[in-house]
Amino acid sequence: MDMNEIKEIFFQECEEQLAELESGLLRLNDGDRDPETVNAVFRAVHSIKGGAGAFGLDDLVSFAHVFETTLDCVRSNKLEPNQDVLKVMLKSADVLADLTNVARDGGSVDQARSAQLIRELEALAKGEAPPAAAPVAAAPKAAPVAAAPAPVVSDDGFVPVAFSFDDFGDDDVSADLPAYDVVFKPKSELYTKGNEATLLLRDLSRLGEMSIHCNMDSLPPLDQMDPEAAYFSWKVSIKTDKGEDAVRSVFEFAEWDCDLEVAALESGDVAEATGDDLPMQPVPFDLSALDDELDAPLGVVEEEEQIAAVQEAVAAAEAASNVVQMAASASRGAASDKGAAAAAAQNNAQQASAAAPTIRVDLDRVDRLINLVGELVINQAMLSQSVIENDSNGVSSINMGLEELQQLTREIQDSVMAIRAQPVKPVFQRMARTVREIADITGKSVRLVTEGENTEVDKTVIDKLAEPLTHMIRNAVDHGLEMPEKRIAAGKNAEGTVKLTAKHRSGRIVIELSDDGAGINREKVRQKAIDNDLIAADANLSDEEIDNLIFHAGFSTADKVSDLSGRGVGMDVVKRSIQALGGRINISSKPGHGSVFTMSLPLTLAVLDGMVVTVAGQTLVVPLTAIVETLQPDAAAIHSFGATQRLISIRNSFCPLVDVGRILNFRATQANPVEGVALLVESEGGGQRALMVDAIQGQRQVVIKSLEANYTHVPGIAAATILGDGRVALILDVDAVVSASRGQSLHTETSLAAAG
Amino acid sequence: MTLLAKNLTNGERELIAFRIGDQEFCVNVMSVREIRGWAPATPMPHAPQYVLGVINLRGAVLPIIDLSARLGMKPAEPTVRHVIIVTQVRNRVVGLLVEAVSDILTIKDEDIQPTPDMTSEFERTFARGILAIEGRMICLIELEAVFPHIESEAA
Repeated sequence: MDMNEIKEIFFQECEEQLAELESGLLRLNDGDRDPETVNAVFRAVHSIKGGAGAFGLDDLVSFAHVFETTLDCVRSNKLEPNQDVLKVMLKSADVLADLTNVARDGGSVDQARSAQLIRELEALAKGEAPPAAAPVAAAPKAAPVAAAPAPVVSDDGFVPVAFSFDDFGDDDVSADLPAYDVVFKPKSELYTKGNEATLLLRDLSRLGEMSIHCNMDSLPPLDQMDPEAAYFSWKVSIKTDKGEDAVRSVFEFAEWDCDLEVAALESGDVAEATGDDLPMQPVPFDLSALDDELDAPLGVVEEEEQIAAVQEAVAAAEAASNVVQMAASASRGAASDKGAAAAAAQNNAQQASAAAPTIRVDLDRVDRLINLVGELVINQAMLSQSVIENDSNGVSSINMGLEELQQLTREIQDSVMAIRAQPVKPVFQRMARTVREIADITGKSVRLVTEGENTEVDKTVIDKLAEPLTHMIRNAVDHGLEMPEKRIAAGKNAEGTVKLTAKHRSGRIVIELSDDGAGINREKVRQKAIDNDLIAADANLSDEEIDNLIFHAGFSTADKVSDLSGRGVGMDVVKRSIQALGGRINISSKPGHGSVFTMSLPLTLAVLDGMVVTVAGQTLVVPLTAIVETLQPDAAAIHSFGATQRLISIRNSFCPLVDVGRILNFRATQANPVEGVALLVESEGGGQRALMVDAIQGQRQVVIKSLEANYTHVPGIAAATILGDGRVALILDVDAVVSASRGQSLHTETSLAAAG
Repeated sequence: MTLLAKNLTNGERELIAFRIGDQEFCVNVMSVREIRGWAPATPMPHAPQYVLGVINLRGAVLPIIDLSARLGMKPAEPTVRHVIIVTQVRNRVVGLLVEAVSDILTIKDEDIQPTPDMTSEFERTFARGILAIEGRMICLIELEAVFPHIESEAA
């Protein structure tokens, strides 16, 4: 395995870590305060930093380091992850992703942006870092005295967190903190791998109060000493509210190279342990003594003494209020620990299920397997067909076996397709970033709500989905949502909501993008369409037709062209890319309430539901998604129009007839429509056409085969497939055929002549 | 088949000779993947006349070229006795329809005679050279020249 391969694996892992990071931050943003979430976020950044360091990616390392430091403040409860903090962190996650991409693919990042974020992160990290000497344990005792704690406001604009004293049910929180005895005995491998016991112990010390004892008993005399061996072990007593997992996680990168024992202590032991050998910073004031004095009858204590005591108390209280902050969050952490014990257990269960073993497989291998299974399906169909032809009874045991084989192949096909299926989550997560960025640029406040992000769909579809979706999200935020002032004036929440949902519906994936903005301004759209000669000035259009005008090429309603959208290459491009995936897109809009875009896409690009038809003796497959209805034309319904055009009247509207055989040059003259079948199709332009074919053979699922691989693109043909009889059938490109019928040539004249 | 394994290094090469009408042609054996019987092809719309259509080759879509028509001769009327030589040119696999495979030849490079000057430009694009074997004349075909259209049309 060479360096590049290792690097590739690192980047793959980075992607996973970044996804983990972002989803963790979003969970925090939604109010999740589970320490495990914070840890997961921290670990993600930490792993990226570690890997990047190994590859000498300095930019990445330095940014990740600052990010990590700030996250560490959150992890150690020194920094409350409120909305403002998370906003910076989400942006940092974006920059981290950018840096990773740059490290992989080259290019450059917005230096100013990352520098700015580094400053913000550092400010956050420094902002409320409390004096190192002030022990957390002292704070709860001080708090009840500090009846009106002066809010600690730092220069960096740190917003103090309001807390209730009720949180301090127990005065002596420190006694409640679970204590652990950690025995840490590194093996020499730990050092050979570049780990450092000091750093691990330092990390451990961040979890809480600890006392540490180094056991040097096994240190041999100098002449017998192996300079590379490990002789020391450490015994640590630590009091922390973060649980045994947190303690263990400090050693998580070293656990194979050391003997580690972590044992929870009974509270009695704690007192003893802490009382005996804790070389902690002494608590600077003893408030319990103060309390006693205050409680004592006035007569016993001299007045001066009392005043002095009170002054002392006030001073102490002020000093204490510095740490109240962190004490509050600490105790909250402790409280949530107890309250969320059940939740944590549940979380663990979730993690266990999420961490089901997976393997990385080359996409090529999966594709080969999918191809082979496609062959199997075709072969099985061929076999059945020939058995049916040769077996007149139709009830032989061969038939039974064949049926079972058919079921098995179906099942194999489904399972293989499932390998390629991936949740849409990564794409949706990317959209979250898009929304953040555009909201920033436009100065709007936007919340992205995603639903059904675990809906699975073929990887190819996912890959091709990102671009149109980004475009639509941009449109939704830039054009759809109003500015906050306008929203408030309209009686809406100042924060706009963009909702992205995915779900399975009848063998397709349906993705819905809705916003609660102003909806489509139909008057404006209509005027614009008239200005751009898309429709006649007196055209009578339904609301739906007007809405669909935005899918026309060269259409943009934004008053001014912005950086984001509105360059007139908007929705028509989106529609085309969705259609290229075999999907459809629809819009419905309510003025004042927002718009909903609905996309329906096939679950896979490897198979397709098609209608098998006969045209001029050839078998063709028409994608079922394109067909609106099929009908047997009546002679009376066919009307000639001009020299060659013919129209068919369907429920009093006229629809051009397109002879597929003629367009594809399978026959020289137009067929008689009455002898054939008309397939009513809807095409790119939104218009309907009736495609004339000779007969319908049936409907079936076909495996898509590339024509381009060995031949070349054929106009009017989307791809090929292999039918049950082993012959190749061509899959019709409905849009190309329809546009050819509009007079645009399907192919160059020369080759038509050559073919004719 | 032992011939195939022999002596490909010291200036010798293996060729597959086949017949179209009363003429014999040959191609380098290294570009031939397999030889199979004729199967009805699915015609392609708007294809040049020499493209008979596509067939299913174990799941891949294989275009079939009527070599006779491609070389400017009379279009073939495929029968069950015709064979398809499946060849690989660059990354594409293409089937050539010929009347029959006649021989496998082992020749030296110096056995290849240049095409005579008198031949027209058209023939010279396809013919790499001619061989005289046992009183027969066999034309060595340059496969790259047979399918250049595939590249240009794909653009």
